[in-house]
Amino acid sequence: MAQYAILIYAHDSAHALDATAQDTEPCDEHSDDLAASGAMLAAYALTPRDMATSIRGDTVTDGPFIDAKEVVAGFYVIEAPDLDAALAIARTNPAVRDGGGVEVRPVHSSFLKGQEQATP
Amino acid sequence: MTDTAAVEAVIADAHRREWGRVLAATARTARDLDLAEECVQEAYAAALRAWGSTGIPANPAAWLTTAARRRAIDAIRREAALRSRLPLLVEPGQDLTETSTDEASTEEAAVHELAAVAPSDAIPDERLRLIFTCCHPALAQDAQVALTLRLLCGIPTADIARSFLVPEPTMAARITRAKKKIAVARIPYRVPGPAELPGRLRAVLAVIHLLFTAGHTAPSGASLIRADLVDRALHLARMLDELMPGETEVRGLLALLLVTDARRATRTDAAGRLVRLEDQDRSAWDRAALAEADAMIVGCLRAGPPGRYVLQAAIASLYAEPPSYDQTDWPQLLVLYDRLLEVWPSPVVALNRAVPLAVVAGAAAALAEVERLERDKRLSGYHYLPAIKADLLSRLGRAREAAAAYRQALALAANDAERAFLEEQIRGGAL
Repeated sequence: MAQYAILIYAHDSAHALDATAQDTEPCDEHSDDLAASGAMLAAYALTPRDMATSIRGDTVTDGPFIDAKEVVAGFYVIEAPDLDAALAIARTNPAVRDGGGVEVRPVHSSFLKGQEQATP
Repeated sequence: MTDTAAVEAVIADAHRREWGRVLAATARTARDLDLAEECVQEAYAAALRAWGSTGIPANPAAWLTTAARRRAIDAIRREAALRSRLPLLVEPGQDLTETSTDEASTEEAAVHELAAVAPSDAIPDERLRLIFTCCHPALAQDAQVALTLRLLCGIPTADIARSFLVPEPTMAARITRAKKKIAVARIPYRVPGPAELPGRLRAVLAVIHLLFTAGHTAPSGASLIRADLVDRALHLARMLDELMPGETEVRGLLALLLVTDARRATRTDAAGRLVRLEDQDRSAWDRAALAEADAMIVGCLRAGPPGRYVLQAAIASLYAEPPSYDQTDWPQLLVLYDRLLEVWPSPVVALNRAVPLAVVAGAAAALAEVERLERDKRLSGYHYLPAIKADLLSRLGRAREAAAAYRQALALAANDAERAFLEEQIRGGAL
């Protein structure tokens, strides 16, 4: 098995500070499904683009690092036997249907505090 | 003792025909594409030494595969090599006892597998796995093309670089990067399951078609045709048709390539100048290839609703069928183009449809259609659009506008034979 990070690109994060359960329902449902399947190792939903702060060289600016139509709205890490299996999981992300998309990247190594066994 | 020249000829032939088969089977054992390539290369070199004294084996491919796999196992046994390598993700097949992809058991599995193959046994054909791995959509298309030529056809990187007019180090880097991604991202060495197959097969067919078109009308350079690329594309299409006999789109692509290539000898004159379809010597066309393709197309059309390649082949075949250009069945062509547009709504198809449309509905109607397509951004920079427009304008007697359109086409065309043809049209129109 290998680990893959899935970066979610959307116009913006559905997880605004005042988001209702209804707003985040498609994401939460997808997350629950993946957790139940046992494939998901970790998942992070990020706050909207307005909350982002970027640093480039000495300059700190308001907003996402790359000024684009889409931002990284969240990311998660899954375990899959091969790229085809990882892509099959990634394809089910709601962002893919909502005009955004996902990027799948093999994980090289990771660290989680409290889990000192770094994974390859 | 066997004659050295005879041995060399058999090996050259085995290189051309069997490289892909030998490499695909070896990759399964080596679990690493670089190692597999190295071992196959060594096996061919060993054959050159051995066959001179032992004679040419009855099944050269099986001999070469066995030799290459033995070398792969030897290399795997050298532990250091094993640790530094990024393994190719090989799925256990039915011909194997259960194997695991973890490194410790790789050697054992590989040894077991080789031991199970008696020299007389047929080597399992793994070329489908190899081509689906090479043409995985997670790889850039130029990398898919390069990997397919390198691994399936055994073409040296320097020659691939020359075919695509890029420096050799660039092509080498492209291939290396693709191989690394196959290993790191774990692109499996596997034929995709039924759910993924149609999409994945489209990618494979696109690579073969791209190879053919790159050879058929070289995108730039001195000669119109690069015969080596055309031959490789035909070879790959035939291979795929043998391996996937039920796929009508595979057969459709093969038929399309056969029909198109049947006219190879007549597309340029003795001086290398472009000859238009209407002016080509139809008696010099490869009638055997046309007949073979025609039988394939008829079979595919009977099998069910035709896909893109079957329809393209049917169109090409309909152009080639009549004894003269004037006797072309234009209304039927228009019907086929309309069906093609349904399954493949490409602006290029819509543009080509203007040719039969000009005959059926008149040059003015076709010109209106071409002018509509001019607004499609996807066709900007496509030199055939102004070329077709120019032809329609000149038929309508609008010589000055035609010359302007030919000049526009000339500014976009990069192939010397095509450029010479366009220049001639401009001179002719100015008279």
